[in-house]
This record gives sequence, C-alpha cells and structure tokens, in this order.
Amino acid sequence: MTMVAHPPDRVGPSAIVHVAPGPHLQDAAFTTRRMMADVLVGLAPVMAAAVAVFGWFAVMQVGICGLACLAAEYLFHTVMRRKPATLGDLSAVVTGAILGLSLPWSAPWYVGVIGSFAAIGFGKVVFGGLGMNLFNPAMVGRAFVMISFSVALGAGAFVLPDAPSVLSQATPLTVGKMTGEVTPLWPLFVGNVNGSLGETSAIACLLGGLWILVRRAGTWDAPLAIVGTVAVLSAGAQLAGIHPSLTVGHHLLGGSLLFGALFIATDPVTSPLTRSGRAVFGILIGLFVMVIRLFSGYPEGVMFAVLLANAMVPLINRWTVPTPLGGPVPGPVQKGGGA
Amino acid sequence: MSAQAFGARGTGSFPRGIHPAQAKHHSAAAALEVLPPPARVEIPLLQHLGAPATAAVKPRDPVAWGTVLGVASGFVSASVHSPLGGKVVRLGVTTLPNGRHVPTVAVAAEGEQVAGQALWEALYGGPWPTAGLDELTPEAIGAVVREAGLVGQGGAAFPTHVKLTPNPAKPVDTVLVNGCECEPFLTADDRLMREAPAPIVAGALLAARAAGARQVVIGVEDNKPEAVAALRAAAEGTGVVVQSVRTKYPQGGERQLVLSVVGRIVPTGGLPLDVGVVVVNVGTAAAIAAAVLRGRPLTHRVVAVTGPGVVRPANLLVPIGVSYREVLDFCGGLRPEAVRVLSGGPMMGLAVGDLATPVTKGTSGITVLTAREVRKAAETACVRCGRCGEACPLGLVPTRLALASRHRDWALARRYHIQACIECGCCAYVCPAAIPLTQLIRMGKAMLPKE
Ligand code: SF4
Ligand code: SF4
Repeated sequence: MTMVAHPPDRVGPSAIVHVAPGPHLQDAAFTTRRMMADVLVGLAPVMAAAVAVFGWFAVMQVGICGLACLAAEYLFHTVMRRKPATLGDLSAVVTGAILGLSLPWSAPWYVGVIGSFAAIGFGKVVFGGLGMNLFNPAMVGRAFVMISFSVALGAGAFVLPDAPSVLSQATPLTVGKMTGEVTPLWPLFVGNVNGSLGETSAIACLLGGLWILVRRAGTWDAPLAIVGTVAVLSAGAQLAGIHPSLTVGHHLLGGSLLFGALFIATDPVTSPLTRSGRAVFGILIGLFVMVIRLFSGYPEGVMFAVLLANAMVPLINRWTVPTPLGGPVPGPVQKGGGA
Repeated sequence: MSAQAFGARGTGSFPRGIHPAQAKHHSAAAALEVLPPPARVEIPLLQHLGAPATAAVKPRDPVAWGTVLGVASGFVSASVHSPLGGKVVRLGVTTLPNGRHVPTVAVAAEGEQVAGQALWEALYGGPWPTAGLDELTPEAIGAVVREAGLVGQGGAAFPTHVKLTPNPAKPVDTVLVNGCECEPFLTADDRLMREAPAPIVAGALLAARAAGARQVVIGVEDNKPEAVAALRAAAEGTGVVVQSVRTKYPQGGERQLVLSVVGRIVPTGGLPLDVGVVVVNVGTAAAIAAAVLRGRPLTHRVVAVTGPGVVRPANLLVPIGVSYREVLDFCGGLRPEAVRVLSGGPMMGLAVGDLATPVTKGTSGITVLTAREVRKAAETACVRCGRCGEACPLGLVPTRLALASRHRDWALARRYHIQACIECGCCAYVCPAAIPLTQLIRMGKAMLPKE
C-alpha cells in the first residue's frame, strides 16, 4: 500500500514521506500470533492437570501432536503449496495441543501423528489455510483417528486393567450411562478421573478458559450458550428419566464439555462472525452434545457436535447479518449472490 | 436570546467504537499562536463538498483582507475570501490531499497586514453578545453565513448555510455543537474551546436562531475538562448546555454524537436533520459568530500541528491557503524520523504527498507520524475473530464488506449494507490480521455500481 510519493527533496529536511490511505494507526498490540499465544497460555492449566493425573503419557501425547502438526503445516503449506511459512502464527501448535489433549493417554504414538496430519491436511490446508477452514482442524484430526482406530480410542481404551489408580477406571460418563453408577462430582471438578487428557479437570478448563476470555483471544458468547443449553437439556433429561444417574453436574463437568466449550468452540475461524451468530452456534453445539450423549452409542459427543455445528456456520452467518445502527440501507436491496 | 434544554437525553456514549492511544500530549499544552502572515497564499476555489466557487478576480487585481476571490456557484457551494491584503498573482491549479485537482487563486501579500494579537482580537477576542440575537432574522443570519463562505471545519467541509436553512418538512429542534475532537493527536478544537469559548457560544446561539432550534448543546469528550469548564463559564445564563461525553473514537462522528447527546438514531443514508438536529463543529460555531457579529468571512482557521514527527508541536491560527510547508517550518520543520504528513488526524486523515499543498477550510490539523506509529504489520489471513464487527460503531461486519470489495461481489456487499459504512477506520485499527479493512471497503463503496 505504501509508495514513495515524491523524491525526498520535495518533502522535508531528510524524511521520505509516504502516502497511503488511512487509517494510519493500527492496534499493534493485538495480532493473530498473540491470540494464538494466549490460547496456548490458556491451555497451560489443562496441560498441568493432565500431567498431574497422567504423568509422562500426557507430555508425550501433546508433544507428539504439537510437533507433528508443525511438521504437517510446513510440509503441506510451505513445501507442497509453496506458500510463505506460517509456523510463526502458532496456529499449528494450537491445533496440535488441542488434538493431543483430546486423545486418551493410552493412544499409541502413531495415532497422534496421523491425527495431526489429518488435522492440518484435511482440516486446514485443503480449505486454503488458516482462516479459510470450515471445520475445527483439531476436531477433524480427532474424528479421523476415531474412525480409523475405533478400538484403540473407544470407551475401552481408557481402561488399562493393570494400570494404577484412576487410569484403571472407565470414564465417568461411560460408567453413568452403562451401569447407572454415580461418580461423585468433586473428582470431576478437580480432575482426578479418567478420560481424554484435557477433560480430566473442570477447574483447569475454567481457569484457562477465563484467561482466553479475559485476553479476548476468544469470545464468551458460544461457551455461555453451550453451557446454558446443556444445563437446561440435562435437567430436562433427568426429570424425564433418561439416564437419571447423570445429573446436570455430570453433564457439565464430565467429558470434554468444558474443554470443548472454552477451547474448541471459541476457535474464531470456525465459529460465526457476530455475537448473535455465536449464540446460535453455541446452542446448536449444546443440543447436539445432549442428543449424542443421551440417544447414541457414544458416551461423549463434543467432537461430533462441534463438527456438525461448524458445518452450519455459513448458514448461521447468513441468518445473522446484523442490521446497521440506523436501519437497513434505503432503496431496493439486491437479492442473491454468494455467501 | 436564550436556548432551553429539554428531554431526549443520550447516555453520553454510543455502542462499540475503539480506544486508540489519545496522544494529545504532544500539543495539548501549547497555547494558540498566530502564524505570521505568509508572503503568499494559494486559495483553492473548491474546499468544500459541492460545486467549486467561480473566480471573481483576475491576476494583478488588488485585494484586501476579506475580499471575495471566488463566488459560490450554487446553493451547495461556498465563496472564498482573501486572508491577506495584496494582489492576485495568478490563477492556478493544485491537488488537494483527497486527490482532487482544483483551481486556485494565488495572492501575494503587499503592505501591512492585520497580524498577531490584532488578528486574534478581531476574530476571537473581546466580548461576544449572547443577548439580543433575536433581533437578527434567521434569513439574515443564513445569508451572512453564506456570504462568509462558511463550511464545516471538522473535516467534511459541508457548506454551513445549507445546514442552517430551515426546511419545513424537517423541523430542527436542536443545534449540537461538536467539540469532541475524537481523532488522536488533534488539539486545535480543544485549545479554541479553552481560549475562545465566548464566540463558540455566541455562534451556537446564532445557528440555533437560523435553524429554528430551541435547544443548544455543546458536546465535548470528557478528556477535555478545561474546555468543558471554559465553555460552561461562557455559557452561563444563555441556556446553552455543555455536556461532556465519553472519550471514545469516533465520538465526534455526527451519528455517534447525536446518539450520545440527544439519544436519537440518525437513519442509514440520512442526515442528523432527519431527526431534528443540526451538528456544527466548534470552529464553525466561532466562525458563524465572527461572520454575523463582526462581518468577518472565513479566512483563517486554527490547526493543530502535532505528532512525534514535528519538531515543535503547536496550535496555530493560520490563513487559509498557506502551504503545509510554511506551517511546518514555523513549527521547526519535520524531524528526520517523520514518514507521513497527514491532513487531519491519523484515523480519517489523508496523507499529503506534496508539502506545497495549501491548508483549506476543512484542515483540522497537520499530524506528522514516524515509522513507530504508522500501520506496518504485514497482512495475514482473516481469522474471523469478529473483532472488526465489535469495533464498528454502526454494527456492520467489516470482514465481509472487505471480502466483498476485494472480490467485487456487489450482491454480498449490499447484503452486508456496505453503503452504511462511515469509513471511520475502527475496523482496520483493531484487526489482528492487519487487513486494510477500511481501505478495501472505501474502495468497494466507490466502485459499487448504482442500482
Ligand atoms: S478483525 Fe480482522 S481477522 Fe478478525 S474477523 Fe475482522 S477482518 Fe478477520
Ligand atoms: S470503517 Fe466502516 S465498516 Fe469499518 S468500523 Fe468504520 S463504519 Fe464500520
């Protein structure tokens, strides 16, 4: 945009004065890179809880996914499509961290690697790179390995009979759904239960999520809508006697609901553009989660719920075109055209 | 005459908007100074929105301070007058910062000039009546304002008499004087309000008389407490209300200020007039008073010369038509780090490529930026974070508008109401991906095919 307007001697003692269209200022403190870095900081408490519960398994899993995502981004984006390197925007690291934290501790190393390449390749680069993708890349990777390695990642994968303590228990939502046995809520809250790495501790998710919201790396509209919808629907389900051993508390604190609401549904790229759009998006996720949890064979539904809602984002954007402050532009409004 | 305040109060703020660093410290403490008369001025015949004035002089014609150089060529047009005594040198052409080539009249100073304190006293000093203004008819006020070549001094430079002419279909109940100066860096209105509050109040009352308004409110951002205090003292007993409003960009935009102060929403595509409000800038109000009460046409204005790229930031009373270079030289010139000279402030101001460009009636300031401030981050992909929409004072979706403009998808642009954009720059300021949103949307608006 900038060009030299005139030879230097026409403009001042020694300065070269440029012309460029305004605005001439920019909020330099807030960049894409900083947003991504803030998401990583927000993930730190979740990571800490995962390490506390699962030890080295957590470090390995997240490390593998982070590195594999960086490698995949470099390979697909920079080597194969000859685009400028984008590793510096940290978005690949975020994808890797979220993917890693959404896997069970027991998943073999190649699951993480394949998931990462699927996440970046199918989830992001085929759409044209960061900002163009329709689906959350980490969830694409997660779904890919879920389907490819259903045994290694199924409900049974979380249970190792000879492993110590929490690692030998089935996940709380599986227990609740299959046997009607009630897991106490407190362990769900502080994080001493089995599950995917990132879903173990509700309080860690809340802490990290709060950071993301405070730093405005994500918006609160979708998380609030998700939590509200799940609370209402799970209360209704309990009253209606569907899996009555799972209370509202279990639905909110168990599984990856909070992790998904705060770290996955807040992904700006794959959520709607406006506030009202994000509220609709969150309600849809909450609805899908409850439908999957209550009526399908899966105990946990956040991943598919997010992917389904992602697919509806273009539609949601269309429904929620805001009206300008002074009302619509007068005169005949042309209809049609692309989204 | 006295105005009365009545209902329909705004909340003092408007939705969304941004908080860029105010950067007023460069020049806020510098008292107004009078620029020594230049040897030569070059006065554009088109400094306003509307039709250019028609030259009324020929080369070698003698002129005095206030002589008409160009006559308004229609209702939406404005006359121009000589700020110097001397002689017409030539009729020429110049390029204004907005890119328009406009005809000019160059005047060389000859003999003694009204300058310094005498000039200040003539335009702003001494007592200004606030009573007895009812004896002037609205038509008489409007006619004088028109002859004096008054245009809005906040930047858009719309001919003032057009706003003040009563329209039976759209009665006006409020004159809103805009003292927000919400652009970062600029301090000229602030200094004028502090140092010459009396003509502002008198001019506001005259504007109300001309437009048939009963209520007069001066809206000032709350980062200028001295200006508020000075205006309140000057407005004592006149019924003029001085309301401080929240410091937030673009508080000084007409639509935002009308909402903040009067609590009315200007319809998209409409004017404040549609909701019974006439908005004039404080500088314009003072110029109305000088024209009506002292017979002075608009020949001088205050400008802030500010920013880290200028050696001695200042607030100056300058003749219209003086070159940017001369004004900057009076302020010690540009620093070596200066990279951009702006007509106006950094949000909506225009970059000036040639310092021989003359100051016009709409030049609200000269801001000189260094490489530290100017936008420079490389553009990256939109991450659809929605921050641009959360900054847009009109509630648009700038990322969509920019995308539509880039791909010339006019149906999409219309669906997202591109015509409602006021080009305030908030969206481009906040975008973490450094996308030149406002620039793209401005281009899209200009290219949008007529329906
Ligand atoms: S602020 Fe920039 S990155 Fe965010 S949605 Fe708007 S255009 Fe895209
Ligand atoms: S420039 Fe236009 S789209 Fe951008 S914030 Fe201002 S009004 Fe909204």
